[in-house]
Amino acid sequence: MSSPERSATLRDAIGLGVAVGLYGAAFGAAADAAGLNLWQAMSMSALMFTGASQFALVGVLGAGGSALAAAGSALLLGTRNTVYGVRLVPLLRPEGIRRFGLAHWVIDETTAMALAAPNRALGRLAFLATGASIYVMWNAMTVVGALGAAALGGTARAALDAIVPAAFLALLWPRLRSTFPEAATQRRVAVGGAVIALVLTPFVPPGVQVIAAVVAVALAGPPRATERPTAAEEMA
Amino acid sequence: MSGTVLWATVLGGALGCYLLKLAGLSVPAAWVEQPWVARVVDFVPAALLAALVAVQVATSGREIVVDGRLVGLAVAAVALALRAPFIVVLLLAGAAGALVHVLAG
Repeated sequence: MSSPERSATLRDAIGLGVAVGLYGAAFGAAADAAGLNLWQAMSMSALMFTGASQFALVGVLGAGGSALAAAGSALLLGTRNTVYGVRLVPLLRPEGIRRFGLAHWVIDETTAMALAAPNRALGRLAFLATGASIYVMWNAMTVVGALGAAALGGTARAALDAIVPAAFLALLWPRLRSTFPEAATQRRVAVGGAVIALVLTPFVPPGVQVIAAVVAVALAGPPRATERPTAAEEMA
Repeated sequence: MSGTVLWATVLGGALGCYLLKLAGLSVPAAWVEQPWVARVVDFVPAALLAALVAVQVATSGREIVVDGRLVGLAVAAVALALRAPFIVVLLLAGAAGALVHVLAG
């Protein structure tokens, strides 16, 4: 592989690490707002290391949810990484003890970078460089966010209360764009999840409404692409 | 929630998420590439994130509460629609929330 290609891959990996680091700071702040101490926030980023799951766990705890509801939400979102791992096997060819190390870095960004690379050698480099860059920045910025949020007073707390849902919306937003696969269904699912969660809020323990919304939407099962009726059948 | 339960949640959740990653590199592809797994992976995130947005922005315990958070979220949505960078979205939402807090006294 040529040197310019390697440099370009490394440059992209570092740029992505810096961008994702901002989310790390937002996570640190959200963890503090949810009642986690600094060590717990740091442990989340070092050991869980998968952003959406981390946000979900502290989001449910912040809403007053139970430990099971919080961990359950994190695991539901973590299933993405299992599918990513399957796609990465031909590229990484993980064997023996190395598999246990490589697995920790299987996340959205490393998978996207590795699979977008033009060949296997660059794909491996992209996976490792992106993983290292994001791991360092994500953990460092988690500390910054958690310490920053802990130092806030009343008005700044109100600002943080508004920032946390905005951060969740930013995570959700790409799925609602028209360019995302099955965007119309994604939007229906999102609206359904939000409405069910709000309707259930007065009646169930905090946090349970989030899990219930997900289960309800999953059971409603909108996505049956192969069985979708044609326009003519719908009109009949 | 006690510190011990909180730690158990953090460490248990982290272990579970790691095992999900490890499973992808370890089990036969056919186990994972089932239609229902694909549906979960494709659509659970949207339902879960939207439910979390709703709960974070408009509830307090078991009550529906409308305050500066909703204004912040509206500002964030406009910023996202205009393709503002993540940091700008958060700063605008935070500023809106703080402003409402000050005005509401």
